[in-house]
Amino acid sequence: MERLAILADAAKYDASCASSGTTKRDSRDGKGLGSTTEGMGICHAYAPDGRCISLLKLLLTNHCVFDCHYCINRKSSNVRRARFTPQEVVDLTLSFYRRNYIEGLFLSSGIIKSSSHTMEQLIEVARILREEHDFRGYIHLKTIPEADPELVVQAGLWADRVSINVELPTDAGLARLAPDKSSTTIEGAMANLSTAIDEARDSQKRFTKAPRFAPAGQSTQMIVGADGASDAQIVGKASTLYDRFALRRVYYSAFSPIPEASAVLPLKRPPLMREHRLYQSDWLMRFYGFAPQEVQAAADADGMLPLDIDPKLAWALKFRESFPVDINRAPREALLRVPGLGTKAIDALLAARRHRTIRLEDVARLTVSVKKLRPFIVTADWRPTLLTDRADLRAQLAPKAEQMELFG
Amino acid sequence: MIAADLAEPDDFEAWRTQARQLIASGTPPETVAWSDGGGTADLFALPAPPPAAPATPREVRASRAFMDLAQSAVLHSAPERLDLLYRVLWRMQDRPRLLDDAADPDVGALRRMAMQVRRDIHKMHAFVRFRSVADEDGVECYVAWFEPDHHIERATADFFVNRFASQRWSILTPRLSLHWDGMVLLEGPPGSREDAPGEDAVEELWVGYYRSIFNPARLKVGMMVKEMPRRYWKNLPEAREIADLIAGAHKREAAMIATGASLFEDAAPASLEAIAEGIAQCRRCAIGCNGTRAVMGEGAGNARLMIVGEQPGDNEELENRPFVGPAGQLLDRALGEAGIDRSAAYVTNAVKHFKFAPRGKIRLHQNPTAGEIDICRWWLDGERALVKPKVILALGASAARGLIGRTPSIGRERGQALVQGDGTVIWLTAHPSYLLRLDGEAREREHARFAQDLAGLARVLGGAPTGST
Repeated sequence: MERLAILADAAKYDASCASSGTTKRDSRDGKGLGSTTEGMGICHAYAPDGRCISLLKLLLTNHCVFDCHYCINRKSSNVRRARFTPQEVVDLTLSFYRRNYIEGLFLSSGIIKSSSHTMEQLIEVARILREEHDFRGYIHLKTIPEADPELVVQAGLWADRVSINVELPTDAGLARLAPDKSSTTIEGAMANLSTAIDEARDSQKRFTKAPRFAPAGQSTQMIVGADGASDAQIVGKASTLYDRFALRRVYYSAFSPIPEASAVLPLKRPPLMREHRLYQSDWLMRFYGFAPQEVQAAADADGMLPLDIDPKLAWALKFRESFPVDINRAPREALLRVPGLGTKAIDALLAARRHRTIRLEDVARLTVSVKKLRPFIVTADWRPTLLTDRADLRAQLAPKAEQMELFG
Repeated sequence: MIAADLAEPDDFEAWRTQARQLIASGTPPETVAWSDGGGTADLFALPAPPPAAPATPREVRASRAFMDLAQSAVLHSAPERLDLLYRVLWRMQDRPRLLDDAADPDVGALRRMAMQVRRDIHKMHAFVRFRSVADEDGVECYVAWFEPDHHIERATADFFVNRFASQRWSILTPRLSLHWDGMVLLEGPPGSREDAPGEDAVEELWVGYYRSIFNPARLKVGMMVKEMPRRYWKNLPEAREIADLIAGAHKREAAMIATGASLFEDAAPASLEAIAEGIAQCRRCAIGCNGTRAVMGEGAGNARLMIVGEQPGDNEELENRPFVGPAGQLLDRALGEAGIDRSAAYVTNAVKHFKFAPRGKIRLHQNPTAGEIDICRWWLDGERALVKPKVILALGASAARGLIGRTPSIGRERGQALVQGDGTVIWLTAHPSYLLRLDGEAREREHARFAQDLAGLARVLGGAPTGST
């Protein structure tokens, strides 16, 4: 129990908890255990930090020979250390899974002895689960970029998803805060994985029995606010990563003050809102057809996205010439640019406008707040009057600042 | 009024058959009273079957999309869902593409209901918590108690069969119970909370895991409640920790920051005098609190060479100057032999206070921990930023850590230029006090290496004067 507390505590700084996007499996034949659904994963619980608990997120050990300053498990940190054997992790995963607490396992580890040795231990856990217990739930393995490339590839054969953290958005930040890591090694390993994933996809098209390789792809994580990188830099880095390594997701983790913090780090956390805005910009690029340059253009002079309004609204306020958009005529791409309109609402509007001329009240029924939309759209019965040129538009649309508590 | 009744509230087939008949006979929605569970909603309604069908029954049309939506919506707990479904089906006979019109109030309401049902199904997949018990044959059996919002029990069974086909399980709900014996799914009478096992040893581990995975530095209660609404909490073992975790979170974060150096909220020191003042008052680590005097670096404020040691020793603390003890004297001699002028360099330490363990009358030197060096790095960084040396000589691993942020292996990395991002060259060698602890052959050898490193340093300095630039 104590070891579980230590090693779960140590794993909580990894943001990813996705159990989605893998292939469909079940245990209907009565031999194995578990199932996965195609597409959506399941969040079995939520912690008061608002994050989903879908996987048993553990470190095999928090002993580590590396000394990365942002990490609670760095060599020079005074945290209590603990270690699980692969078999113990397997037993814990199975007993949690059988009680429907989790979708599967997210396993990472501090580096013990050598990178390759550590990687072997991680793979061993996945192997026992899959081979000996015929476990068909979700497995996410964090791979260690410095390990033997052979081993990293093996991990993909057992796991649904593999990931390598790029850790910091800039090379300078990495050199300063993670002196034992190098961006060349990390990106080299990501490139290897991406090739292996591609190859497996390709051979599966041709041979039905070809081994599956990380069907849920690879992802990565960047720590926000530990070095001086601006939002524009981070967005740029993320989009390069998406392009170069065909990543499924880039996760952002607002650097949070850790116990036993290294003195090289800022102690104040970046506002959580910053992480949220970065995720929103990530969405804009992935689902709303925004180019990275356009998201960067929404940032202010020092490259930071505004915290008080979302990046889409920030973009709209900067490029007012693109508005208003006619809800009854505009193509999907133009509708996607309207702040306050989500992809689902847009689909519904596109379907509905084949049947009727859309009026403002129709828009209201399909969206959360029509008030915020009004300045940017034209409907049969509505046209904004010079609103888009008003200088105080931002002030009108930004949420009101909360009044400080008088007796806090 | 015509009565149409479903024997079970989730019996989609019964709804479909009756709706088909009613539409075929041209019965408008206003004249049908739907009910479920064998009750009659309208006491004055006529029982089915509907009145004599017209000579040519209407052809009944329903799109695939409607059937999908209806299968979900029929499971909703609101009684009016059946009327609504029938009304939409009725209207679809004239407007086959009615469902695409999401702005239509009926369609909107139906879609909302279907969405709520799907969400409830998803939450049931997520929030059922099994407890393990051994049955009379000693076989392990997993039992859960769950209270869904809508009539979704049977609709979720498939998920649990797919997932847990190889184990025996039961899900008890207020409406019915589901039992899987490893081969077939059986249905039983309604259960109660008391029928489910009261405890399970693994649950403690799970609750402990829940506590540990929570990051107190990021409290987002609203987000949690949105995804895990309070009404589910009573059957989630981990939910009993929530209040406690939230209350503790602010306190824990504040404590974390307080134990770290709150130094970093200040601006970097503006002058060496500010650093001298700052270190005298610095109590950010245990060494700072041991009652000794902080020893400030000395030398030219714009020296080209900076020499960094580990920490002040006994003599240094008493004299309040760096490198004045035996190690300092050894250093001075070696620097002189290599042709480096100490008086032109800026000399300081990675850690500003003297860490020792009392042994009778003497104060025995102790190495600072990595954490202590890292905390003190704030001051060393300040000195570097102000003096702006071109070359820094690091004496020993502690000094090097204060400069490059990791503990290097002196053996491997000594005597070579470590060029930093800003162009500064860091030159590593052993700490002179290490030489003092050796004797015999090892002492000879290490002295030679030390001299060799310093000679290398002299070459890096390029024979140019080591003083002010």
